[in-house]
Amino acid sequence: MSDILLTSASEIAAAVRAGKVSAETVVESSLQRVATTDSKINAFTDVTVERAIAKARTVDADIAAGRDPGPLAGVPFAVKNLFDINGLPTRAGSKINRELSPATADATLVARLEAAGAILTGGLNMGEYAYDFTGENVHDGNCLNPHDVSRMTGGSSSGSGAAVASGMVPLALGSDTNGSIRVPSSFCGLFGLKPTYGRLSRARSFPFVPSLDHLGPLARSVGDLAIAYDVCQGPDAADPHLAARPVEPASETLEDGISGLRIARLGGYFARFGHAEANAALDVVSRALDISSEIELPEVARARAAAYLITGAEGASLHFDRLKTRAGDFDPDTRDRFLANTMIPALWVTQAQKLRSWFRGEMTKIFAEYDILIAPATPCVAPRSGEKLLTLDGTEVPLRANIGVFTQPISFIGLPVVAAPIWLGSTHLPIAVQIIAAPWAEATALKVARYLEMSGVARAPVAEV
Amino acid sequence: MTVEFDVEAYVALMAATHGLTILPEWQPGVIANMAAVKRAADLVMGLDLGDHAEPAPVFEAGA
Repeated sequence: MSDILLTSASEIAAAVRAGKVSAETVVESSLQRVATTDSKINAFTDVTVERAIAKARTVDADIAAGRDPGPLAGVPFAVKNLFDINGLPTRAGSKINRELSPATADATLVARLEAAGAILTGGLNMGEYAYDFTGENVHDGNCLNPHDVSRMTGGSSSGSGAAVASGMVPLALGSDTNGSIRVPSSFCGLFGLKPTYGRLSRARSFPFVPSLDHLGPLARSVGDLAIAYDVCQGPDAADPHLAARPVEPASETLEDGISGLRIARLGGYFARFGHAEANAALDVVSRALDISSEIELPEVARARAAAYLITGAEGASLHFDRLKTRAGDFDPDTRDRFLANTMIPALWVTQAQKLRSWFRGEMTKIFAEYDILIAPATPCVAPRSGEKLLTLDGTEVPLRANIGVFTQPISFIGLPVVAAPIWLGSTHLPIAVQIIAAPWAEATALKVARYLEMSGVARAPVAEV
Repeated sequence: MTVEFDVEAYVALMAATHGLTILPEWQPGVIANMAAVKRAADLVMGLDLGDHAEPAPVFEAGA
């Protein structure tokens, strides 16, 4: 039965819906794999066994009664532990928050996936308060990369990356403020979707930077990303940040191909800071998409710096009381950053928010000429756990803050991105390319990712842990 | 005359302003991170956006 668990969410749902396998059997297989595998990679922080079995029986009962169980019937999934799970404290990777009262309802996106027939199996490890690109966490232990356990998963959606890459679940939810879905997708070899800012509800998830926070799925197939994204869309009165957009399904156009799309490769900044693997992955994708245009974005370094300041200021505002009273209970790697960030003058933050508007205007001009832009997701493959420095353009810089050098300028203005994993012959580790679309054009980015998947260029195999 | 940014003094002043405790063993990390913030700010403040640039967040007074 583990064979079907290691297929895609779409294939699991098709088998469950057709009565070839019960949802309960699939979920038991998933829980069994967690029991035998997770001790090696530390992806799960909570396993919701009783809830998962009960939900699976409900799905099976629906099928037996002839009711439609939903497009994700019987699909096990897990969520970064900043999503509310009814009955559990929302720890958000921290020591402090696990002392909070248990959540009394599920996050909107958890509820939507379950309404589509998916089955929650637990909460996942993450960097403290999502301020992380490494997957390291002093409270819950480091999350390890299933493709090489001596390496980082990337963060902050570390458990989301590790749980899907190891085959414990075919689908997970994460959050992405500056790259926290795209970085673990790159290091763990997964497809990940960071939707347009304001597209998916954040209700009942623990925030980090309200100006920049996004939620989205990670999976081993583009089709699974599209289904999860489709069922997660829709209005939500509980989330004031949500844009007033209609539901725009991506699954319907997934197989349309790339004919007629104007695609450019990002150079300049995006070529300068990448290690050989990052540029090689971009070469592979450029050939597969027959890209002949390379363009440079204006003032990318300043855009990234502005995201850095907004992140710092809003994150420090969120945690200020905790920093005053319980700084010693923070992960040292986030504490020192949060403390410094309390000291950012308003002048700098206001200028950063103006720059955000300006950069959006510049990108609007570029998207008048191009439908898709491609860039590396990370400057390197997964670093070894414990590494503190990263070389960018010949200079050693702190690793933790700089893994997001390519993701941060893109999420700064909320553009939708699909991370597509590439495997090069020169290394046993994957690295992802960002497929960046204009605002609200998630379906276009997913279509391009699907083309790369179909042509064998991008793939997300289960790791042998 | 350009006044050099004294990051250590700034951190000490702001910690006192906010009532934050920074233990001696935390200080190198906080100071290094404040220096990184200042480098980011230098980039951001170095772009002239004119008088009419709107900050990105838009406040709506009501539905």
